[in-house]
Amino acid sequence: MSLKAFHVVFVSVCILLTLVVSSWCFGNYSDGGTPRDLAWGLVSLFAGGALAVYGKVFLRKFKNISYL
Amino acid sequence: MEIPYAVKPRPDTGLYNAKVGIWLFLASEVMLFGAFFSTYILLRVQAPHGFWPDVALGWPHGLLNIPIGTFNTAVLITSSVTVVMAWIALKQNQFARFRKFMAVTVLCALGFLAIKTFEYREKFGHYVIQLNDGSRITGHLNVNGSSPLLWTLKDVEAAKLEALKVEVDIPNKFRFPVGHPIPEDIHKAHQAGEHHREREIKVSDISSLKAFIPSTHPFFAIYFTMTFLHGLHVFGGAMVLFYFGFIGSGMWKTDPERFTNRIEVGGLFWHFVDLVWIFLFPVVYLL
Repeated sequence: MSLKAFHVVFVSVCILLTLVVSSWCFGNYSDGGTPRDLAWGLVSLFAGGALAVYGKVFLRKFKNISYL
Repeated sequence: MEIPYAVKPRPDTGLYNAKVGIWLFLASEVMLFGAFFSTYILLRVQAPHGFWPDVALGWPHGLLNIPIGTFNTAVLITSSVTVVMAWIALKQNQFARFRKFMAVTVLCALGFLAIKTFEYREKFGHYVIQLNDGSRITGHLNVNGSSPLLWTLKDVEAAKLEALKVEVDIPNKFRFPVGHPIPEDIHKAHQAGEHHREREIKVSDISSLKAFIPSTHPFFAIYFTMTFLHGLHVFGGAMVLFYFGFIGSGMWKTDPERFTNRIEVGGLFWHFVDLVWIFLFPVVYLL
């Protein structure tokens, strides 16, 4: 597995992490939390979206580099 | 003498030797960190019900600084992006660009370690105080305006203090299980963003004083072991990347293809180190 393939795996895991963090924040907010919890959840979701866009651009831009 | 398969793939593996080597090494690293993650899970599921410090060996919640941990996670993710960009820059024959990305990667690594050191220092100045009535409180000491590190009751006695000023932690909401409503004054403090309340405690009322260090609670033992081991990997990886990017970059002129492979191998290790943190952060900080 090349660095390119490992990077794609890494970015995918990071996107999952942002989803975990945002659900944790939203859970805290609905459990009597503060608006800060809601804000952190939204920031985390946004970060996940940004990472997804980055991953897509990365794959498109460097498609000539091997996965092996 | 030429080292075989340093650049060209070996026919049986289809990879150059260093790549096979780093993946074997990373497999052993998975086993090492896997053992610590398993230890964490076992310690946690065997912890009695209730939350520390209310219950002696109960599992603590919300003791770590989540915004700082989140920031450190972002720093490591950035460093993974820059190390890949450095490798791609070499593939595109852009050495100056490679150097810039490597510099950012190493700076991110050093930034991560500096923030982690700050976090450790904060824990060494955070205490659990057991009172003679059996209750426990947590907070920071205030001795003549400063917050001493790693004190024990002996240090308090040596300083000949009769009472200790303590910035007592307001219990966080995780200490109140579902179905147990949070007391009104604590709820108001949470809403106001208040975290501490000053209290003066007579030294004669204290039965023990311990900083948040590995021997204080199994949580701190596993937290410090895992994060310190991870920190060592970050330090080692940063040193190797610094060497490749600056001191040992002369190989780019003599054997550019092999040099590019070296950066790929370094980048694979760096991604592994960052991936460990991606699992460590939610497990230790959030859950």
